[in-house]
Amino acid sequence: MRTRPLPAPQARRIPVAIPRGAVGWFPLAATGILLVGFPALAEAVGWRFYLNLVTKAMILGLACSGLNLVLGYGGLVSFGHATYFGLGAYTAAVLAREGIRTAWVIWPAGILVAALAALVIGAVCLRTRGLSFIMITLAFAQMVYYGVISFKQYGGQDGLRAPRTDLGFHMGDVALYYLTLLLLTVCLGILWRVVHARFGRALQAIRDNEARAAAIGFPAYPFQLVAFVLSGALTGLAGILMAHHAQYVSPAMLSWPQSGAFLLMVILGGVGNFWGGVVGAAAMVALEEIFHAATIHWQLPVGLILLGVVLLAPRGLVGLLEGRPR
Amino acid sequence: MPGFPAALVLEQLLNGLQLGLMLFLLASGLTLVLGIMDVVNLAHGSLYMLGAYFAATLAHGTGSFWAGVALAVLATAGIGILLEVSVLRRVYTRDHLTQVLATFALILVFNEGVRMIWGPQALLLTVPQELARPVRLLPGLGYSAYRLFLIGVGIGLAAGLFLLIHRTRLGMWVRAGASNRAMAQAMGVPIRRVFTLVFGVSAGLCAVAGALLGPILAVQVGMGEEILILAFVVIVIGGIGSVKGALVGALLVGIVDTAGRALLPPLFMHLLPPEVASNLGPAVASILIYLLMAAVLFLRPQGLFPVRA
Repeated sequence: MRTRPLPAPQARRIPVAIPRGAVGWFPLAATGILLVGFPALAEAVGWRFYLNLVTKAMILGLACSGLNLVLGYGGLVSFGHATYFGLGAYTAAVLAREGIRTAWVIWPAGILVAALAALVIGAVCLRTRGLSFIMITLAFAQMVYYGVISFKQYGGQDGLRAPRTDLGFHMGDVALYYLTLLLLTVCLGILWRVVHARFGRALQAIRDNEARAAAIGFPAYPFQLVAFVLSGALTGLAGILMAHHAQYVSPAMLSWPQSGAFLLMVILGGVGNFWGGVVGAAAMVALEEIFHAATIHWQLPVGLILLGVVLLAPRGLVGLLEGRPR
Repeated sequence: MPGFPAALVLEQLLNGLQLGLMLFLLASGLTLVLGIMDVVNLAHGSLYMLGAYFAATLAHGTGSFWAGVALAVLATAGIGILLEVSVLRRVYTRDHLTQVLATFALILVFNEGVRMIWGPQALLLTVPQELARPVRLLPGLGYSAYRLFLIGVGIGLAAGLFLLIHRTRLGMWVRAGASNRAMAQAMGVPIRRVFTLVFGVSAGLCAVAGALLGPILAVQVGMGEEILILAFVVIVIGGIGSVKGALVGALLVGIVDTAGRALLPPLFMHLLPPEVASNLGPAVASILIYLLMAAVLFLRPQGLFPVRA
């Protein structure tokens, strides 16, 4: 792994390099215009179904971008991100069940619960490295999973209905679409600033060489913990959105296959590439949908395509789009 | 402290031992593949599933449970070798995350393939006639002869594996590969052939576990993923690359999980108000092994029997 030279710790400004994942303004603007205009188009052609599908892809893209912060930029393979996703979703559903309908309470509460869980779990897990880290994040995720399904009054194994919250306007499918698009844009903006700020550079330096980074004044633990909490909070926000999207939460959202699915989407898109999470999530949703419509045995072609991506596109889909290695 | 009948405790310990030994059959292969080849193989559980499906079909076809199991083990080992040569060999030098994606893709392919060939319903594999009746271990304690047989097979295979690893040249190569692959290669260990062989053997062991557990658990798509997670817990507790660690870890996980599920809920019922206990008991019993793993990792990040210095 190549290490980048780091500025001296007292340096205020960090030399500008071309950030990984920088795309031209044109594809970005085109995607943006397409996404903003999509509901009108969908309405005109009667594609209500695809509207919801794009909402789902954006929600998963947000969760995966959150995961990519620790996975790609921090080098930390968290096999428990379903925990934050599910806790965000469950917080929304449980508060709604308890009679609290206003979004101004539910949304911050969901993010807070997810962030607190990430703080506690991260504080313990970040003392380990490598495969131990993977497995200990899994262990905590399983504990939360079994903990949540033991609450029979909140559905247990069966899950819980989650009515959409009141944000001062009617939350229809189109409103939720635009809300998701807005939140995704804001969060990606925050992430962009974070990974290109001093903090993000330090995080990547720690990923590339922990001892060297520590020697020049960037100790791993606090940086990684902050990244972990931010990542958990973003994934928790995605969970709240998912609860609104499906109007239902289930223990499956907290389960390890869900954690695995997030990892796969990021790997598919491109680990450590800024757009890896969004592209991976969109690609996975699209792949599943295309083959699901075509055959009941959709997993077979999806599996073969994933295998093809691994063998032919070592840097994920975004890497494939960007062209030859620099 | 409620008095548990000694017979119940003994029965649960035996069940735990049986589960642990079957887990060992999976975990030993997984730990070697990860320890020596440095490959995270999620498709390990799929080989276990294939073993069970082959055994169910072949036992039905040949009319003999034993012939079915034997053929299933050979067939699965063959598929394992094929898999190593065709796919895994290409991802040895890639990072773990790429291997995760590749072997997850294999899980999808295997699951869907099995569903296409055998259909979505679970298959039936019955306990062979000669082991169908319970054995009287103690006065008042009858125990399934089939489960006793599983314990016997598990102990036998574990002993065989130890002899293979500690007393043969192949075993020496395997141990050398696990502790320092580059050095072993430099000293003339034919590491490619060792890899292929280890993968074949570990696939065969998966098939033994799958085929023998078939009559107890359901033979269905998805059976591999459930046990895969347990096998990973085992090897992380034991220390990656260590077969001894896999054995100790498997027995710990098997006994803690089985005993916890059987004994904790009644214990909680005794100590706590019933409405709390009925929720808490099963939840705590389910997370016991994960607590165990988290504790081991926290205190000894390399596992109980670290291989690399």
